[in-house]
Amino acid sequence: MPNVRPQPAHAPAHPLRWGEPFPEAAHETLANGQMRRNLAHATRTIRDKRLRVTAELPDWEALRDAGAAIKHQVMSELPALLVELERNVTARGGHVHWARDAEEANRIVTDLVRAKGADEVVKVKSMATQEIGLNEHLEAEGITATETDLAELIVQLAGDMPSHVLVPAIHRNREEIREIFAGRMADAPAGLTGEPRELAMAARAHLRAKFLTAKVAISGANLAVAETGTVAVFESEGNGRMCLTLPETLVTVMGIEKLVPTFRDVEVFAQLLPRSSTGERMNPYTTLWTGVTPGDGPQEFHLVLLDNGRTKALADEVGRQALHCIRCSACMNVCPVYEHTGGHAYGSVYPGPIGAILTPQLLGTGTKGSLPHHDATASLPFASSLCGACYEACPVKIDIPTALVHLRGRMVEAEQRRPLPTGWATAMRSAAAVMTSGSRFAVAARAAGLGRVAARGERIGRLPGPLAGWTSVRDVPAPPRQSFRQWWSQHESEER
Amino acid sequence: MRIALFATCIAETMFPQAPVATVRLLERLGHEVLFPPGQACCGQMHTNTGYLDQAVPVVRNHVAAFAPVLDGEWDAIVAPSGSCVGSVRHQQAMVADRVGDRGLARDAAAVAEHTYELSELLVDVLGLTDVGAHFPHRVTYHPTCHSLRMVHVGDRPLRLLRAVDGIDLVDLPEAESCCGFGGTFALKNAETSAAMVGEKVRNVISTGAEVLTAGDYSCLMNMGGRLSRHGTGVTVAHLAEILASTREAPWEPAFLPRSAQAVKP
Ligand code: SF4
Repeated sequence: MPNVRPQPAHAPAHPLRWGEPFPEAAHETLANGQMRRNLAHATRTIRDKRLRVTAELPDWEALRDAGAAIKHQVMSELPALLVELERNVTARGGHVHWARDAEEANRIVTDLVRAKGADEVVKVKSMATQEIGLNEHLEAEGITATETDLAELIVQLAGDMPSHVLVPAIHRNREEIREIFAGRMADAPAGLTGEPRELAMAARAHLRAKFLTAKVAISGANLAVAETGTVAVFESEGNGRMCLTLPETLVTVMGIEKLVPTFRDVEVFAQLLPRSSTGERMNPYTTLWTGVTPGDGPQEFHLVLLDNGRTKALADEVGRQALHCIRCSACMNVCPVYEHTGGHAYGSVYPGPIGAILTPQLLGTGTKGSLPHHDATASLPFASSLCGACYEACPVKIDIPTALVHLRGRMVEAEQRRPLPTGWATAMRSAAAVMTSGSRFAVAARAAGLGRVAARGERIGRLPGPLAGWTSVRDVPAPPRQSFRQWWSQHESEER
Repeated sequence: MRIALFATCIAETMFPQAPVATVRLLERLGHEVLFPPGQACCGQMHTNTGYLDQAVPVVRNHVAAFAPVLDGEWDAIVAPSGSCVGSVRHQQAMVADRVGDRGLARDAAAVAEHTYELSELLVDVLGLTDVGAHFPHRVTYHPTCHSLRMVHVGDRPLRLLRAVDGIDLVDLPEAESCCGFGGTFALKNAETSAAMVGEKVRNVISTGAEVLTAGDYSCLMNMGGRLSRHGTGVTVAHLAEILASTREAPWEPAFLPRSAQAVKP
């Protein structure tokens, strides 16, 4: 079953940092033609759908502004809002736990599951639990966690890594999914075909049994309302609703940034999220719960508030806007780099443009004292052509290109604390010297004309060194016989 | 009008045909063009590569070279590059602010207010869409990312192109997707960039155009280099070159594709 080979083949040591720098990881994924075709098809479909449904709303831009404004407010009042959330969750019968990092969060959740005497839990798709590697941690503690979101289940069964925030199995096609189910799902029906309906029905039967027996469910949260202590999950398949209502105990792990101040704010995100993520006018299931209600739903509710690097990101004036992210995935669906390399190349559970600015910040890469050249995630802010498609698509107007440039600056600063300058540093320094004076630049431009000697005819073919990558697929035009300045002085004297 | 030309560093050294065409076009339209000799680069290359501190003196030089616009010496500044105009408008002040140079940030923002991308200058400032050009070729237009999303030139270049006499303008599929240049991105992530330009060029070829045009020579260098390596026969030309072309002084390609060159005497 070559198609079911987990990708990357090696289990990651750290959910936010799998290993190789972007260019090397991209080399591996770019070679996977099937995956690239699957990705191009899927991203194009969602992209077109999103454009259609966002164009329908006359106040779409105003909604984006409102989303951005609410997020700005949340970031500036975060400590007070968190305390307010804690107070309101507790007042309505829930329990709040604070987790500084992944290890603490995992321990809290494991202890809660243990206290219920459970060795099986059902899960609602959640980025926060992926970020802390909760499933792997539970497994090591003898607790089986079953993902109930269809795409997440596919990834879990394949022993794969997610490649997209919303559609983690976006890199798989139907035939691959059929093989995964037939080979790895114990109760898969015989003679399963690649028909989407048949695949969905097989997963449904498999999951139904789990929903009805699990005592504990674990979820993430799309948002939480400070004012009321209400937590919300937006989803498409109804599996979340099952997890959030059937088990006796519900544990929700939520990043501390996923807050809104008032209940009224929910209306903004209830419009922004589904249209941006799946291109739907509304997601089929929105579940909101506030503490516990006797006789209805889980009778025990725990909210784990996760920091895991978020306060570090909050301290960065420009970079902190990454915390505004509502994980809609619109930025990956429009990103041309993502479309070609896939999510695995980003080496983190957060791929695509948002991953490129969020991952290094959560890990503190590039801050004082760290040495980014040792860190694969230092390559992430450079994994963008700065085309700006992500900024244009983001429902909460995160200026990802500016944040990328800012983080590049931080990576370079950290690099420059090394005793020996890199080739790039030297090149940039000498280029700056030329570009700070018109006369020096004129000399350099004339010298470039001498480069003609190196060129045969009108273009330059393959070159070694830093230009090797460029010239392996493209010609370089030979420098012109005359620089613009030379032409200009002639032109000027002719005019007179 | 007295218009100061910002030739941009890459066009000055590698693609003088773009600033030359800009000068010829504006002079044909009856304007006076000046070339402030102190200019070199807008600082984008340093900024986008993360060398923000090194960008500061580059920005300072640019702002000093174009500061006379603030005293009314010139009416406007024009650049044949959406990318460099984007950097002037959205990065220079940021770079200055980052090192706490408020004065420089203020001046940079003031100079930026007078700086226009070529199609903006023609349509918004000079009020033109028909510039009297003649270009009897099949052309497709790629809207570069920075002109599209940083400068928001919108359909101005297309309106100018549609008014060109003799042109056969054809739509480019997936026109708004990036060509994969991205400055040093093409060097640092060469393989990904190659995959992106490969797809762009497939789309260009599918149009059957003889000439690919855009408002930026950096993107044209990327796509043109790929088209040439493929031996496709598709040539690239800056928007300014097309608009400068007339019946009396027709366009001459500077960067010939392989196949076209083979038949050259
Ligand atoms: S950065 Fe914006 S577009 Fe990307 S996932 Fe987050 S909210 Fe969505």
